[in-house]
Amino acid sequence: MFRRLPEAGAATVPLTIDGSAALARAGDSVAAALIAAGRVDCRTTPVSGKPRGPYCMMGVCFDCLVEIDGRPNQQACMVEVQPGMQVARQEGPRAVDASAAQ
Amino acid sequence: MSAVDTLRAEYELAIVGAGPAGMAAATAASARGISTVLFDEQAAPGGQIYRAVTTTPLQRREILGDDYWHGRTLADALLASTAAYSPRSMVWAATRIENGFELAVSRAGRAQLVRAAHLIVATGAEERPFPIPGWTLPGVMTAGAAQILLKTAGVVPGSGTVVAGSGPLLYLVLAQFAAAGASVDAVLDTTPPGRFRAAWRDAAGFATSPYLGKGLALLRRARAAGRVVRGVESLEAIGDGRVERVRYRVGGTTHEIACSSLLLHQGVVPNINFANAIGCAQHWDDAQACFVPSVDAWGTSSVAGVTLAGDGAGIAGARAAEAHGTIAALNAACALGRIDRAQRDAAGTQAQAERSRWLRGRRFLDLAYRPSPQFRVPSGTTLVCRCEEVTAQQVIDSVRLGCTGPNQMKSFLRCGMGPCQGRMCGLTVSELIAQERRSTPEEIGHYRLRFPIKPVTLGELASLPQTEASEQAVVRLPR
Repeated sequence: MFRRLPEAGAATVPLTIDGSAALARAGDSVAAALIAAGRVDCRTTPVSGKPRGPYCMMGVCFDCLVEIDGRPNQQACMVEVQPGMQVARQEGPRAVDASAAQ
Repeated sequence: MSAVDTLRAEYELAIVGAGPAGMAAATAASARGISTVLFDEQAAPGGQIYRAVTTTPLQRREILGDDYWHGRTLADALLASTAAYSPRSMVWAATRIENGFELAVSRAGRAQLVRAAHLIVATGAEERPFPIPGWTLPGVMTAGAAQILLKTAGVVPGSGTVVAGSGPLLYLVLAQFAAAGASVDAVLDTTPPGRFRAAWRDAAGFATSPYLGKGLALLRRARAAGRVVRGVESLEAIGDGRVERVRYRVGGTTHEIACSSLLLHQGVVPNINFANAIGCAQHWDDAQACFVPSVDAWGTSSVAGVTLAGDGAGIAGARAAEAHGTIAALNAACALGRIDRAQRDAAGTQAQAERSRWLRGRRFLDLAYRPSPQFRVPSGTTLVCRCEEVTAQQVIDSVRLGCTGPNQMKSFLRCGMGPCQGRMCGLTVSELIAQERRSTPEEIGHYRLRFPIKPVTLGELASLPQTEASEQAVVRLPR
């Protein structure tokens, strides 16, 4: 488990993780916010359905994929938290929804 | 100039990566009046070694240490320079055009094209794959990932953390944990016994390395982070849905420790995806046990108009990378016709000397911390390719069916074809095939990587500005 050092400052950015309210520190990546909130896994794989969580934290492994504000396949370690952000687990491959096309 | 909001259509020089090499290159090139753009994926400059150096919440200098804070001078110089610094920018393709290259860059989910006459590729290092059983379990991360959590978010390991592996970065991370008041339950050190003595015999030049004193102090400080178990011969992460314990063997005896986090590290290797995709020749470096792009003393690659700088051109550390960035900028100035070769050589004397100083005795570190074969070349059901979930045995079986190399392996197994584009499995696959075919990684080769080097959505592609010709090709507009 990980913990936040006191000098990191207070977590003041409200977001939801799988629908539950959580607080992150301004400047956190979504992956850091998940880990600080005690979440270890964030998705299941498209191939075997096994759980995965952040591994490299630098954008190379693609194991921290989550759904952010309804957009799937986002690298949690590469996206900064924003107030009101909705973060959700990604189960398997993203669903393809033609009606959602912009 | 601080971060730019809008990009020009054309620059003389484009640099990819804002670590020590990229920052130094951008500062030096723009000081010579070269119009320069520096692209970087992160929100702030620094690369991974100086990650978050302008934004970290950890202001007590002793936690991250003086060597880390040195990066602040590089970031400040970059931000004070006239270079256009473009953060949160992913360069996913480069195409040769008449007078240089056209880069495809995504920012905030939208793609655009930027032309540059010369490229400096400073993509840095990434952690070497550590393919042990269970390395995909949630809770297993790299030690570098934990260091990024520390630097960017002030998050440290709590109880139930085990660290395993070898190498200078591992000890640096442990020393930083200790300075931050964090400890770990155990450090399972996989450095083979007797390695230091052998490395010293072959690389006595390390006695004059600036890293000798630093290294000894680091090892001393790292010990304060937790109990160290030396000579670890095997590792396995075990758990149902997440890591619950780590099993290891030492002196032929197997032990287990309960844990909720396992942090792995066995050195860093060049991040070669961009250089490989643009066609830069590379070779196998046996001391560093990885593929390295082939460059001359000025970073000139085998591709005209492409200079490589920093750890992406061979692991040498942050200070050597910084000097290499300055050297690369001079090389680019020369290629762009701003200075001639004699002027380049004269202007680069100091940076070359500085680089040589930081490279002194590098071979010692390479030899001392070269990971043992059992941690580089897995067997059985251990996953090699994390994305497509391909096991070592599947790779071995496909070789027995006649597969000759990593590129053919893709069509057999989809190995290396997932979103990470071979970053997590490339070295393992080359070494595994080499072992099975009783050949060498040099002979077997590496994946032929292609653009886009990171996944791009159809939406991003569609956001590219269209020419009349490209629109005509699809919809046949009336002229």
